[in-house]
Amino acid sequence: MAEIAIKQVAKRFGGFTALHSIDLTIADQEFMVLLGASGCGKTTLLRIVAGLETPSQGEVWIGGRRVDHLPPRDRGIAMVFQNYAVFPHLTVFENIAFGLRMKKLAQQEVERRVTRTAELMHIEQLLKRYSGQLSGGQRQRVAVARALAMEPDVILMDEPLSNLDALLRLEMRAELKGVLAASETTTIYVTHDQVEAMSLADRIAVMHQGHIVQAASPVEVYRNPAARFVGSFIGNPPMNFIPATKTANGSWTVAGLTLPGPKSDKHKIEFAIRPEDVDAGDEGLHATVRVIEPLGPHTLVTCDVEGGLFRAILESNAAIAVGDHLRLAPKADRIRWFDPETTNAL
Amino acid sequence: MSAVAEMPIAAPATRKAGNWLLVATVILLSVWVLLPIYLLIVNALSSPEEVTAFPKRFFPSFDFGSLSFFINFAGVGRALWNSVLVATLTMILSIGFGAPAGYALSRFDFPGKGTFRFLVLMTRAFPLPLLALPLAVMFIRTGLDDTAIGLALVHTTLALPFAVLITFSLFSGIPVELEEAAWTLGCTRLQAFRKVILPLALPGIAASAVFAFTISWNEVFAAAVLTIENRTLTAFLLQSLGESPLYLKFAGGAALVIPALIFIFAVRKYLFAMWGIANR
Repeated sequence: MAEIAIKQVAKRFGGFTALHSIDLTIADQEFMVLLGASGCGKTTLLRIVAGLETPSQGEVWIGGRRVDHLPPRDRGIAMVFQNYAVFPHLTVFENIAFGLRMKKLAQQEVERRVTRTAELMHIEQLLKRYSGQLSGGQRQRVAVARALAMEPDVILMDEPLSNLDALLRLEMRAELKGVLAASETTTIYVTHDQVEAMSLADRIAVMHQGHIVQAASPVEVYRNPAARFVGSFIGNPPMNFIPATKTANGSWTVAGLTLPGPKSDKHKIEFAIRPEDVDAGDEGLHATVRVIEPLGPHTLVTCDVEGGLFRAILESNAAIAVGDHLRLAPKADRIRWFDPETTNAL
Repeated sequence: MSAVAEMPIAAPATRKAGNWLLVATVILLSVWVLLPIYLLIVNALSSPEEVTAFPKRFFPSFDFGSLSFFINFAGVGRALWNSVLVATLTMILSIGFGAPAGYALSRFDFPGKGTFRFLVLMTRAFPLPLLALPLAVMFIRTGLDDTAIGLALVHTTLALPFAVLITFSLFSGIPVELEEAAWTLGCTRLQAFRKVILPLALPGIAASAVFAFTISWNEVFAAAVLTIENRTLTAFLLQSLGESPLYLKFAGGAALVIPALIFIFAVRKYLFAMWGIANR
C-alpha cells in the first residue's frame, strides 16, 4: 500500500524556478508517467520524490508517511537511472544483491530474490559477468532487476529506455509494462517520448515549464487536452489551432465556417481539431493544399487555413493535388476550444 | 602518419626532411633526459677505481663496491629511514586532506569553488626559499624543528595541490549516478563512498599517494633548512657529499633517483589524467 502524495512542492535553483507548487496524488499500484520536453522539471520532481533533491517548499508523502526530510534509503523506493548506474566493480549478481545485502537479508533469501528477478528480466545467464561485458540493453535489464529485487513500494524510473536503440526500446517497453504490472508497485516513470507515455501509463502528468498542465488517462490527455500546450505537445502530427471570431453568443466563425461553440464574453477564441478528425467534403474549413505526404494507410495533407498551417490525415485514396482547394469538415464531437489568453480549454 | 598522407602538397623530399627533424628532436630530448641517468647508473654500478678511470665502459662492471660503501657510510641508514618516514607521513597527510578536498570539489557546488581551485594551484607559486626562514623561526618556536612531522607538514604543503587535483579528476570520472543508486539501495553517504566510490577510485588514490611520496622523497631545500640531526637522505647527501669522493656521489645520486623514477613510471597514467589529458 503505497500512495504517493506530492503537496505544493516547489524547487528553485538560485533565481530559476524549476517547479512551481506541484500537487499530484498517485494511487497505490498506479503507473504514472511524467511527460514533458527537456527542462520542464519532470526529472527534478522525480528526484525530489527519490530524495536525491530537496524541495524548496512542500511535502512528499509515501504510503501515508511524510518522507521529504528522509534520506533516499528510508523512503521505500527503488530507482532506475537513465544511464543504468550498474556498479562496474561488481558482478551482475552482486549488483542485484547490493540493496539486499544492505538490508542484511540472509544469504539464502538474497540468492532466492536475485535468481527470481534475474529470471524475470531474462538475465540469469549473465549473473557472473561485469558491467563492462554487457550491452546497453543488458545493463538496462540489470538496473531494472536490481530495483525489483528490493521489492520496493515505489519504483522510480528516469528515462530508462532513452539510451536504447529503437527496436530494443519497443521490446523493453512491452516487457517493462508486464513486469511492473505483476510487481504490484507504484511507479513513476519520467519520459519525453509521448508514444512511450501513452503505451505505458495508467495516467500521464504532462509537464510544462515547471507546472503540471494536465494529469489524466492517456486517452483523456489525447482527446481532451486541458490546455493548448497539451494539444500541441501530444499527438504526431499535433493538434491544429485556428482563430475563431464570435458571430453570436455561442456561435463562432472558423475559416469561413460557422460552428456552435462555448458561450464566452471573449471576442476571439481558438478552435482546435486533431488532424485525423476532419473529412474532405463539400462543406467545411476552406483549405489550400501545400504538401501531400502519402503514409500508406492514410495521407498526411498540409494545407493553408486562414494563413496558418493545418495538417489533415485523409483517406489515402483521396485524389488530391498540390494547390487544390479543399473543404475540410471537422467531426463535431472532436472539436475543442481554447482561450488564447489563459491557453486553457473552454 | 595519416596526417602526412593527407597532404599531397608536401613533396617526398620535404616529408623526409620533416621526419628526420622529428627523429632528431626525439633523440636529442631523450639523450637530454636519459644520459645523466645512464651515467649515474653506470658509475654507481662500477667499482670506485673505475669511476675515475678513462675511457668509460659502456656497460657497467656490476661492481657493488661503490654502493656497499655508500650503504655503510656513517649516517646513510639513518637518513634513508628519515626520508622514508617523512615521505610516508607526507603521503598520509596529503591523501588524508587532499582526497576529501578532491571529492568535495567534484561533487558539491559551493560559493568560491573556482577561487578555491585556483588558490590550491597558487600555493605552488610561492618559492620555498622565501618561506623557509619564517618557517624555520616558527618551527623552532613551536618545537617542530628537526622533527619528521614538522618536515612532513612542509612537504604536505608541496604535495597537497597535486593530491587535490589528481583525486578531483579521479572522482569527477566516476558518475554521480553510481553514488545515487547506492543511496536508493540503502546506503548512507559514507557507506556509498566506501562500497562504490572507493573501490573504483582506489588505484588512482594509490597513484596520488605514490606521487606525494615522491615529492617528499625528492625535496631537498626545506629538508636541508629545517633539519639538523634528523636529516633526510637528500639533505644528508647535499651536506656530506660536497666533501665525499666521486664514486660516493654517484651511488648516493642513484639511490635517490631510481626509486623516484620507478614510482613516477608506475603512476604515469594518473599524472596525465591530472592535467586533463585522457588516459591513453
